[in-house]
Amino acid sequence: MTETPLTRNINPEKGPTDLTAYEANGGYQAVRDTIGQADPKSVLETISDANLRGRGGAGFPTGMKWSFVPAPSDTGHRYLVANADEMEPGTFKDRLLMEFDPHQLVEGMILSAYTISADIGYIFIRHEYHTAIQRLREAIQQAEDRNYLGNNIQGSQFSFKLHVHVSAGRYICGEETALLNSLEGKRAIPRAKPPFPQVSGLWGRPTIVNNVETLCNIPHIIANGADWFKSLGIGKDAGTKLYGVSGRVNNPGCWELPIGTTGREIVEQHAAGMKKGYSLRGFLPGGASTDFLIDEHLDLPMDYESIQQAGSRMGTGTMIILDDKTCPVGMVANLEKFFARESCGFCTPCREGLPWVKEILDTIEAGDGQPGDIETLERQAKFIGGLGNTHCAHAPGAIEPLTSGLKYFRDDFEAHIKDQKCRYSQEAVR
Amino acid sequence: MNVANNNLINALSAGEIAEIEAEITHLPDRKSAAIDALKIVQHHRGWISDESLSSIAQLLGVANAELDAIATFYNLIYRQPVGEQVILFCDSVSCWIMDGDKMCDAVKSRLNIDYGETTADNKYTLLPVTCLGACDHAPVLMVGDTLHSDLTTDKVDEIFK
Repeated sequence: MTETPLTRNINPEKGPTDLTAYEANGGYQAVRDTIGQADPKSVLETISDANLRGRGGAGFPTGMKWSFVPAPSDTGHRYLVANADEMEPGTFKDRLLMEFDPHQLVEGMILSAYTISADIGYIFIRHEYHTAIQRLREAIQQAEDRNYLGNNIQGSQFSFKLHVHVSAGRYICGEETALLNSLEGKRAIPRAKPPFPQVSGLWGRPTIVNNVETLCNIPHIIANGADWFKSLGIGKDAGTKLYGVSGRVNNPGCWELPIGTTGREIVEQHAAGMKKGYSLRGFLPGGASTDFLIDEHLDLPMDYESIQQAGSRMGTGTMIILDDKTCPVGMVANLEKFFARESCGFCTPCREGLPWVKEILDTIEAGDGQPGDIETLERQAKFIGGLGNTHCAHAPGAIEPLTSGLKYFRDDFEAHIKDQKCRYSQEAVR
Repeated sequence: MNVANNNLINALSAGEIAEIEAEITHLPDRKSAAIDALKIVQHHRGWISDESLSSIAQLLGVANAELDAIATFYNLIYRQPVGEQVILFCDSVSCWIMDGDKMCDAVKSRLNIDYGETTADNKYTLLPVTCLGACDHAPVLMVGDTLHSDLTTDKVDEIFK
């Protein structure tokens, strides 16, 4: 039986795990054993040794990220922020963790804050996650009542205050420096780096931003050790991963599996394969801003390196399936509409280029495409997505499904232009 | 802001001001509460009018233009009146694959409104929203705080009967 530390308390049919149930299953034991007892440096070492990589999409090693925070040299605040904005299209994993086991995130944040000597924490969560917001607020209150949060936690010198910040809604808030601007009450425009948030983040102070799933791993790594965590993964990466599948499969959903599980096992076994009458044409491995892959890539392990070598990114690990009766041009048009709308507007290639791309795609999909449109899209992709042309990853991410869509489904783009129509719209008898 | 506007803060209720001040207590400066303040006033009034905007700006000590730039940046701050409930329809990719467009058309024709419009009885305003994180139950929409998933045209009729 595979271990599933992140979801062991989660059973949506039974409702959320309350404090009693959480503690009964070993919850907050890591806090009691660590806070004021262990040296934060040794905790950091454990996290680094465990090879935990960021679960928000970029896969940056968590221990390394934390190690860039300077040692406390003054009495000013230091911050820890949970990125709970989850707005990457096709992603529905952090919602599960927060709605059904809110204390796990709270405990992960207490331990993380202790490690980096942060005294204030924020959970930056999207407005639409009403249930999660309510349950997290209750969990924070309960943790304060038990002195897991607040002043002199468990009689130690360590104090940590945790707040929930509910966003006013914008995809770009998921970019960590845009998120910090938003927490400061400003427009969520990404910041130029350096300085990096670890050194100068929220209100100019040392700050760490981590994804919800990343933080939820922390109590388990501290409780069970780095070697245990590494043993959970199948390939080079460590731990488990929340994988998801959406699209025309028999059993769309989200499962905690060893990191490195193949796409084929996820789609065919856990998602129970394609619905009758549909076959898999391609997939986005981890959200809207990852490159399309095709059937032959399903046998790759879903880990950071393997997916990158195939020309995409594992991203959030929640796969979006393109079936053979859905128009690839229409799908790319839908994706680019989203990216154009959510551009913060600061950098010209992103602000001006993405709406142009969206217009061309809509024109092709509507049957009004012209010879040369594909070349225009390719040229745009180069300008918009080029490294260093914009100062955050929004534009490069936006271009990933476009260039890979043109690569794998080029026949469809060409047929739309040649036939002046979308053949899928007539076939669409579902 | 000119002197004649000094009493603008009075346009906010005592309750609204108290809620905003409570947010400020855990922030390093007043201006950092801008988004919280907009959300609080919108929670009470449904939207942010020019008057509300000026009042909040004065309370926080920021320029109207700066606060408006913030207000208009965020998808869920409404600078126009909205209906009693806002319908957020997910138009992202997973819902699109699962015939979200058809469900959206069903909502539009049922309520006789397009995106950005409010029904004649002022009950609903329809807006598109980015992925609601319920892709395993696509297509989905929210009415106020309630998520409706696995939409079919029958379900749409049921929700808005």
